[in-house]
Amino acid sequence: MSNSVFGNQPGAPSKPSRILAIWNSNIGYSFRSNPVAVVSMAVFLLIVLAAFCAPLLAPYNPYDPAQIDIMNSEYPPFWVDGALEEFSLGTDDQGRDLLSTILYGTRLSLIIGICAVAVQTVLGVSLGLISGYVGGRTDNLLMRIADIQLSFSTLMVAIIFLAITQAMFGSEVFSRYAVIFLVAVIGVAEWPQYARTVRATVLAEKKKEYVDAAKVMGFGPLRIMMRHILPNSLSPIFVIFTVQVANAIISEASLSFLGLGMPPTQPSLGSLISSGFDYIFSGSWWITAIPGVVLVVLVLVINLLGDWMRDVLNPKLYKG
Amino acid sequence: MSLLSVRDLTVKFGSRTGPVTALNGISFDLARGERLGIVGESGAGKSITGFALMNLLSKPGYIDGGQILFEGEDVAQMSPRDVRAMRGDRMAMIFQDPMVTLNPVLTIGQQMIETLKAHRKLSTQEARQIALVKLKEVYIPSPQDRLDQYPHELSGGMRQRIIIAMALLLDPKLIIADEPTTALDVTIQADIMALLLEMCQSNQVGLILITHDLGVVSQVTERTMVMYAGRIIESGPTRSIINDPQHPYTQGLINALPQQTPPGQRLKQIPGTMPTLATMPKGCPFHTRCALVGEGCMTHVPSINQFGSSFVACHEVHRLQNEVPAEDVS
Amino acid sequence: MNSQRDKTPLLRVDGLEKRFDLDRGILESLKFKNGKLAIETRAVHAVNTISFEVEKGDALCVVGESGCGKSTIARMIAGLLSPSGGAIHYDGARIDTLRGKALLPLRKKLQMIFQNPYASLNPRMTIAQTLAEPLRYHNPGQSKGELQDKAISVMKSVGVDPAWGARYPHELSGGQRQRIAIARALTVDPEFIVADEPISALDVSIQAQVLNLMLEMQETHGLTYLFITHDLSVVEHFGTKVIVLYLGSICEMADTRTLFEAPKHPYTKALLSAVPQLKENQRSHIRLQGEIPTPINLPSGCPFRTRCPIANTRCAQEKPQPLQQADGSVVACHAVEEERLGALNPA
Repeated sequence: MSNSVFGNQPGAPSKPSRILAIWNSNIGYSFRSNPVAVVSMAVFLLIVLAAFCAPLLAPYNPYDPAQIDIMNSEYPPFWVDGALEEFSLGTDDQGRDLLSTILYGTRLSLIIGICAVAVQTVLGVSLGLISGYVGGRTDNLLMRIADIQLSFSTLMVAIIFLAITQAMFGSEVFSRYAVIFLVAVIGVAEWPQYARTVRATVLAEKKKEYVDAAKVMGFGPLRIMMRHILPNSLSPIFVIFTVQVANAIISEASLSFLGLGMPPTQPSLGSLISSGFDYIFSGSWWITAIPGVVLVVLVLVINLLGDWMRDVLNPKLYKG
Repeated sequence: MSLLSVRDLTVKFGSRTGPVTALNGISFDLARGERLGIVGESGAGKSITGFALMNLLSKPGYIDGGQILFEGEDVAQMSPRDVRAMRGDRMAMIFQDPMVTLNPVLTIGQQMIETLKAHRKLSTQEARQIALVKLKEVYIPSPQDRLDQYPHELSGGMRQRIIIAMALLLDPKLIIADEPTTALDVTIQADIMALLLEMCQSNQVGLILITHDLGVVSQVTERTMVMYAGRIIESGPTRSIINDPQHPYTQGLINALPQQTPPGQRLKQIPGTMPTLATMPKGCPFHTRCALVGEGCMTHVPSINQFGSSFVACHEVHRLQNEVPAEDVS
Repeated sequence: MNSQRDKTPLLRVDGLEKRFDLDRGILESLKFKNGKLAIETRAVHAVNTISFEVEKGDALCVVGESGCGKSTIARMIAGLLSPSGGAIHYDGARIDTLRGKALLPLRKKLQMIFQNPYASLNPRMTIAQTLAEPLRYHNPGQSKGELQDKAISVMKSVGVDPAWGARYPHELSGGQRQRIAIARALTVDPEFIVADEPISALDVSIQAQVLNLMLEMQETHGLTYLFITHDLSVVEHFGTKVIVLYLGSICEMADTRTLFEAPKHPYTKALLSAVPQLKENQRSHIRLQGEIPTPINLPSGCPFRTRCPIANTRCAQEKPQPLQQADGSVVACHAVEEERLGALNPA
């Protein structure tokens, strides 16, 4: 914010634009010289772009019952005999165009994944920050809660929670708010991962002299946490963010596969795989296989990007 | 024949904008049993020199040219196997931090015996005897017990003594000590330096002492080399370097010490900072901070020439003599 | 100390103590001793009953080897640690018990400079942000223009080009960073600066620059310093008074000139003789036995007796009290008191 305070001084070095600066930085260089990262990023952007432009790209709207004809069900993709030209990737058991359904489903999976991780981030970062900075009893209490929660598997907690909500509200209401339930349950179930990493980083940063300097200046704890410690703890937060998005997408897919996630009327990648699973041995393998491949590729590129980011942002390897 | 003869040693570091030169044509000789000090500030290339002599440079650094003749063999051309055989045996190194040089999960005895057996055909018993003798030589109290202790059970000064004992294990011809006392307290530093000096003198071991501390150099070494930005800018007998420095940088370095100025007065500071490898100026690397900069300094790197008893790399060294009377340091 | 009693010293430290507990909570304190459960809390005795005063305009240097508690003293005075015992008074008012908002007025008077210029600046803030933040925080009413003028004048006064404002710390060298750290402390116009080894991480030629800057700031801003260092040659140049610290206790306290001309405590003598000299006629150095004991189990009596060449049985039983000498220095040593220092001849 006060970048401009003396920025207009005569003789001030003119800074290149922010994006250019990142491109020319060590991070930019390491990205350009790492083909795996470049390809992963390209594939990831392609999938994201296609998913979020689904209403524009998809030939059909799978949410519109008027466009679904049960008579079109189980047409194979174009490279298999008996394919129809208008359904390039074939159709599913209800006669929906698979390409459109996958595009919409990927969008849903990504939204749930990113929102769930956003919930995790808010919870985990704030609790981790408090735990690490305040220390003492607060730290003990928060970390024991985290330990207890970590000793339950995420999926188990999610299954119990979703099964109970489904039973309580009935599947009608549940289907309508499934996205919110999924975001909430995946978000809450995994915050300890975040909190622990953030806490460890905060403990390391807290010992540095710039934090002491801020204390001697009389700054309050909130200001020190937000303005001084948090910006210096961002690297691990970014790394976990990517890894956790991949995990959340898998969790969502698993829950949907088990019938506890997105309803068949609004299929995510998981429920799509699940709905095709009944037909896998009756010849219509593509209903399961094609969304499965999309899911695997999506999760793989996110994880590869996460690996690359961990290598670059590792403070031991990269001195900023 | 001198023990070590370095000719035009050049070390470069690969970077994404192309290789940068960290050491630029370093040449010097070391006679048997001679003690040489390499002095410079951080970034001057003194530690890189030490690593290059041991052929210990790791990526992205590499030796780009020149010779390192140690007892007639070129270290830079040796096979990795020969280098390993040489290290620790004929040439040993003492590092700055005694806390991290010793392996924390092995006892002192295990580490010493391992080193001995790697280079000599010895039984464990014989190796243990040699280790014991060496520990006694460096005045370690109750050496028998120390052999079975782990590094964390010993204090910093004791560890540095043990490291010196380990360096002496195989009776090397040359010890390279890289800031061996920087991590230690003053009272212990004096002890360790006295020990190092005694060991080198009594065993006729050559010593290259790398340090930023002119005081330490003046106590231990016979000759001194001053480095700046990857080059030798002055070398000569330690006494004359300290008492009658010729290069403006050496003069500045000595004059900047607090003891050279009466209390309460401003210290004689050298303005600016040492250029980094990326911002190396054209011509003499010191010209950006030099008070006597002449025209030639901006364009030509000065060659190193004999001047009195020292060798100096400065275009203006003659002018310096006339204009600034040499400070009476002693 | 022969301080004039008619005026209060700027800083007064009374019987300051600091212990760091090694065992936290009851579970860690429970130990098996001789087959019995016993509650025993181990603690590091970092600072043990230290008293001194700093007059306005002084540059008090605290010297000692690693682990002697000198940084702990600095951090307690700066309010980063709270003492386990004793009191700290600034300008007549007690400060070690203040918390939170009550500390704010003191923060503007008492600032600190840290050892490691690579760690003491927030790496994610530009120089301008680093300097502007305390200004804005402590002067909420002032306009942006006024704050900017102030920041620029502070930068100029420490010899930093205001155009550097847009840079990040990693773009600067160690000496430049330390200038910025000094500038940050000066933004609030303090009168007292605690400097914890401010030059020991810097190169020789840069040390001189930073020391000169600190001397200059002392003149222009009328600063009082508490300067922590292990380097005696810096003390001789910089300090008006010196405290020699060993294992958390004061050995000797004197005017700088008195201390360097006539050191009295055996530890001070050993310390002085160990400084490597450029000159040929090196004072032959007094060898101390062994090394500094751990501050967990302090030696009985005089803390220095385990390494002192002239310690006797009294030293092992009774802790020497600081006593004033004829030339004004204060020395805590039985041998000085009994005038048997003659035995301490350099080897």
